[in-house]
Amino acid sequence: MFGGGYAMLPILQREIVENKAWVSEEEIADYYAIGQCTPGAIAVNTATFLGYKKRGVLGGIIATLGVISPSLLIIMLLANIISRFEHYPFVENAFKGIRVAVFVLILNSVVKIGKSAIIDKVTLFIFLVVLIVSIVTKFSPIITVLAAAVLGIAVQWYRRKRRNK
Amino acid sequence: MLYLKLFCEFFKTGLFAVGGGMATLPFLSAIGDTTKWFSPMQLANMVAVSESTPGPLGINMATYVGYTISHAAGAVIATLSEVMPSIIIISIVAAVLQKFKDNQYIKDGFYGLRAASTGLIGAACFSVAKVALLKINVHVNIRTVLSFMKMINWKALLFACILLIITNWIPKIKQWHPIVFIAISALVGMIWKF
Repeated sequence: MFGGGYAMLPILQREIVENKAWVSEEEIADYYAIGQCTPGAIAVNTATFLGYKKRGVLGGIIATLGVISPSLLIIMLLANIISRFEHYPFVENAFKGIRVAVFVLILNSVVKIGKSAIIDKVTLFIFLVVLIVSIVTKFSPIITVLAAAVLGIAVQWYRRKRRNK
Repeated sequence: MLYLKLFCEFFKTGLFAVGGGMATLPFLSAIGDTTKWFSPMQLANMVAVSESTPGPLGINMATYVGYTISHAAGAVIATLSEVMPSIIIISIVAAVLQKFKDNQYIKDGFYGLRAASTGLIGAACFSVAKVALLKINVHVNIRTVLSFMKMINWKALLFACILLIITNWIPKIKQWHPIVFIAISALVGMIWKF
């Protein structure tokens, strides 16, 4: 399953909805939406949700283990191989090139996520403050995330109150 | 003790990183900064390998970072700790699905949260840019513009601009899987020697 959480939906749809008929098309879309707005990897959340719906907490745990096992095996194998070769000059040069690609890929994903997250002046303000504070200081990302959630609730509450007047 | 700390750090990452695998990057970066278990450059390399491997990005990164810190045991502990909050939260959410979906406060919380998450990933992107585009072995005081110019790896910067253009604006090519761009960049790095 290449390409992370977003690549998983079509595969889940084929396997779980069409082949196994465990859940309906709408249910899987629901799980996926919830998977995106709960913390953690989207693919893991969707799988956990599915497992939980079929067999309770134990089902959730087993589905999660199923999703993470291939990653564990492949990455450990690769990490082991890479650590043996990373000191060769040609591997170092390859990684220098790769790091440039990683920078561009992350920048692209910031733009992509930003398009759905930065929708008005308030969200633009939150984005800029978090960006600058995180670059300049080593401020805890956990506190940042919690503060932004509280601010979001406060701003929307204030807006609703003003609209109702 | 190391394993306990590993568990705590990755449990926190799994609990607070919202918005998919890339959202865990700022948390991993913070772990590296505070514990010195790995450098920003190592983290950038691990992101590359995780992007080019099957499986969810967030899980791949957790496994790789865990492996770098403490081999197989570290990989297993880091990955399990990161998914544990998911299992707990999803089990609760699944039980109250309808209420969760309709809850105004959760929607409003995410309104602020997503913007903050974007800012955090942006800052992580900045630290990757530093290891990708600056010469780390050149030690100069960044007091003047001229000395800063000396630190910039111009070949790498030019290559970044080219990649930025082809991954965003060239039809068809921009839809290629990230692994293709990573493979091309590895070749360019070997031939062009930044």
